Amino acid sequence: MDFSSIPAALPALWDGLQTTLQLLVLGVLGGVLLGTLLAMMRLAHNRLVANLAALYVNYFRSIPLLLVITWFYFAVPFALREITGEDTPVGAFASCLVAFVMFEAAYFCEIVRAGIQAIPKGQMSAAQALGMTYGQSMRLIVLPQAFRKMTPLLLQQSIILFQDTSLVYSVGLIDFLNAARSRGDIVGQPHEFLIVAGLVYFVVSFAASQLVKRLQKRLAV
Amino acid sequence: MISIQNVSKWYGDFQVLGDCTTQVQKGEVVVVCGPSGSGKSTLIKCVNSLEPFQQGDIVVDGTSLADPKTDLPKLRARVGMVFQHFELFPHLTVTENLTLAQVKVLGRGKAEATEKGLALLERVGLKAHAHKHPGQLSGGQQQRVAIARALAMDPVVMLFDEPTSALDPEMVNEVLDVMVQLAQEGMTMMCVTHEMGFARKVANRVIFMDRGSIVEDCAKEEFFGDVSARSERARQFLAKILQH
Amino acid sequence: MDYNWDWGVFFRSTGIGEEIYLDWFVAGLGWTVAVALAGWIVALLLGSLLGVLRTLPNRWLSGLATLYVDLFRNVPLLVQLFLWYFLVPDLLPEPLELWFKQDLSPATSAYLSVVVCLGLFTAARVCEQVRTGIQALPRGQTAAALALGLRTGQVYRQVLLPQAFRIIIPPLTSEFLNIFKNSSVASLIGLMELLAQTKQTAEFSAHLFEAFTLATLIYFTLNMSLMLFMRWVEKKVAVPGLLAAGGK
Repeated sequence: MDFSSIPAALPALWDGLQTTLQLLVLGVLGGVLLGTLLAMMRLAHNRLVANLAALYVNYFRSIPLLLVITWFYFAVPFALREITGEDTPVGAFASCLVAFVMFEAAYFCEIVRAGIQAIPKGQMSAAQALGMTYGQSMRLIVLPQAFRKMTPLLLQQSIILFQDTSLVYSVGLIDFLNAARSRGDIVGQPHEFLIVAGLVYFVVSFAASQLVKRLQKRLAV
Repeated sequence: MISIQNVSKWYGDFQVLGDCTTQVQKGEVVVVCGPSGSGKSTLIKCVNSLEPFQQGDIVVDGTSLADPKTDLPKLRARVGMVFQHFELFPHLTVTENLTLAQVKVLGRGKAEATEKGLALLERVGLKAHAHKHPGQLSGGQQQRVAIARALAMDPVVMLFDEPTSALDPEMVNEVLDVMVQLAQEGMTMMCVTHEMGFARKVANRVIFMDRGSIVEDCAKEEFFGDVSARSERARQFLAKILQH
Repeated sequence: MDYNWDWGVFFRSTGIGEEIYLDWFVAGLGWTVAVALAGWIVALLLGSLLGVLRTLPNRWLSGLATLYVDLFRNVPLLVQLFLWYFLVPDLLPEPLELWFKQDLSPATSAYLSVVVCLGLFTAARVCEQVRTGIQALPRGQTAAALALGLRTGQVYRQVLLPQAFRIIIPPLTSEFLNIFKNSSVASLIGLMELLAQTKQTAEFSAHLFEAFTLATLIYFTLNMSLMLFMRWVEKKVAVPGLLAAGGK
């Protein structure tokens, strides 16, 4: 093992890590947003709306993320051409991001739904008794409490997403893992670069999960 | 049969048992009572080494617990124990509960173990429930099965750890009846219980514990006789318990 | 829409031998199931052992299991797969290394790597479920089993594990489904499982949407059938009043 060529590769690795982190942050934001919307739909009184959301969630939860990434890589440019009527070149980054947002939304939806359901029904009644509409009660009273409770779970899911971003390797996007792999191949030390990549992923997710555990204990009190 | 010699136990810095010494003779029934947190359950769990202790020794039927060479499972197989929350194994039927340890620990054949189990079940009046799971029985029935389970091992001594305190009041007597019968047949018993009626009826001796120490250890007649001769703490405890 | 839908594509010849595209999907599904089931056996055995270790009073043993879980849960699955497939064979003693690289067919060596990888990866998750299940049982159950003279191994085999496994069937089911989904990473080291065959069909036939729709349907159906199967298992082993009877 010879790790001497790692320092020279740091800028390239950092570029890759930035891509990974961008995917993570945008994926979580989009996923939580869409997931919350889906959760509200699942809890809606309208059966059709609720069933549609349930179908969406069950669909994405029963297929592999890698399938979604691969499919969207081919399908997003195609769909865009359908919509805009002209060839719109989108890179792997955009298609991967769409894949993550749509896929993760199904998982975030279930977390948010459980969070909302954990808030006592009386809260909603009390808010409405004060004259708030359903939307206001949800936005001002129920959701803020629910999000506080489910923060640890949302963060845990985000750590999983952080690890799952490495799957973009399959469509050639240069994320952190891919940067390490290609650098390793160029300098002829694939093993060393792979180990370093694994180590970085480990340190980041381990530290993050320890923090989440602490947060969980604090919130539990 | 049981000899407890200067036993002390700590959880970290906190002392739960302080220098406890007493004996239980063969055929004797000893009732241990005291307020909650007095260490009485801990003491009885030390007798079959479910709770380790740091100082002193307990000798059960000639076997020393402090001796590191003692084969604890072997010793426990000869000491029956009945728990506050029954602790039947919910995934097994009543019959399987009665035969599991006979087969796995004593090496008895399945037919022999079943026969023994069913005989004991009949004795506690539950033969009709042999095929059921514990979850389908009432608390009192479960505790009677638990007693039968312990007896199936042909124990030389039986330990009872508050056997009736998790039961609804109307079920207490069905369990006590079985215990009284056992006592009258000459079983050596050590019972942690608040049932003073039971103590009056069959106990030979009563031990009163408080804050991890044995405060009183005397014959039943003496314990219930002259209340003024009892310690202050025992009097308070008795007054509280005899009120209802 | 100018896309030319054609669901008949699956029955058309691939141009390779007598094969039609549907054959590729069948072969792919075969590999997916073979990977997932073998990986699951590894995960269940190793995960149960680790889960038991985590509940033992011995600090070294439970610490070892904790270390394992932390390690295998915090490195991405794909990185683990690359380590098993590219790195580990080079670390083997020479005869084994040659056997792995030269004697085995590429499909077999990829299969072995992905089974080991998924098995060990999922074992960390199974471990946590088993531990949770054991810890959910009333403490008195252990005491009662010990009081009857059972030894530690017997306490786990006869009393704790049969109950713990019944409790954790739902979360275990979701790990079981996950291993099927996760097996798709095998496509990235060249194993022609379901996703790889789908990609290949999409490229060869130029019928992208049909290929991916069929793959989705297969995964979806597989997922649902496995879920129904596990529900059936759960009912089959259910015991009246399981948790309620153990204590209050």
